[in-house]
Amino acid sequence: MSEHIVPKSTYYAIFLALMVGTAATVGAAFVDLGSLNTVVALAIAITKAALVVLFFMHVKYSPKLTWLVVIGSIFWLLLLLGVTLGDYMTRSWGTYG
Amino acid sequence: MLADAVAHTEHQHHPALAHHFDSLEEQQHASVLGMWLFLVTEVLFFGGLFLAYAIYRSWYPLAFALSSNELDITMGAANTAVLIASSLTMALAVHAAQSGERNKLIAFLILTMILGAVFLGVKGFEYADKFEHHHVPGPFFHFEPIAEARHAQIFFSLYFVMTGLHAIHMVVGLGIMTWMLVWSINGTISKEYASPIEISGLYWHFVDIVWIFLFPLLYLLGRHLHGGA
Repeated sequence: MSEHIVPKSTYYAIFLALMVGTAATVGAAFVDLGSLNTVVALAIAITKAALVVLFFMHVKYSPKLTWLVVIGSIFWLLLLLGVTLGDYMTRSWGTYG
Repeated sequence: MLADAVAHTEHQHHPALAHHFDSLEEQQHASVLGMWLFLVTEVLFFGGLFLAYAIYRSWYPLAFALSSNELDITMGAANTAVLIASSLTMALAVHAAQSGERNKLIAFLILTMILGAVFLGVKGFEYADKFEHHHVPGPFFHFEPIAEARHAQIFFSLYFVMTGLHAIHMVVGLGIMTWMLVWSINGTISKEYASPIEISGLYWHFVDIVWIFLFPLLYLLGRHLHGGA
């Protein structure tokens, strides 16, 4: 098999980065950044998710077809979120419930 | 039939290689791709819930912040660490499988399962606490201040559906790990045929990623009530 075996040292480094990210997200939540709190929390979460996808899930070392599927999933998710939120946030129909 | 049988005995190949693939490498690429396609559907499955969360939170920022403060940050953060650790042991299990280190593979799979079980145990304590404080949506729901109770119930509905669906994924993950453990012990998994461990790992890491988003969005949003939603 010619598959790429990711060295263990990479896994340990990513694990450390994810733990630091978790501490950072908890720490940032206690600092009042106004509406930026959510932006910071999401930025850290997206960074952590990217590390998991690229290294733990081996996408960095995967064929282009795998990249295409991963990017496709992000594209469809953004379409789902973007189009629906764009609709809800731009109408003056108020709230329900 | 006979020709087939003869061809089969003459043509030596790895027992794990299915006939419609030319090589184990091609088979491995196909199974990884298939798992990723499944994960795309999972991204959209959870995506719909995150969307509902975003809309309701934008409508009821105060109720969401107050409700979020009822969740236990320590337990949530500890569980995040547990899940990240389980992703590390899962990644090390894949490494052991690809290197043909069977004993290490078995050990890391068991460790991953233990960490997964710890996560579910902590979640169980948290759920029990919600029942005690009447924070479970339904006729016995109670929330102070009363004025926000109706909208707080929406937060807790989303909390239970999102973390519940995530927990179900964890239970399924534990089932898959049990299956992989059996295959590792009985020798089905080898250095040449490690892809079942690899794609099980993809699933496990995906469930970890969902939690990476759930934790800050559910537990950490209400620290500064005046600071906007």
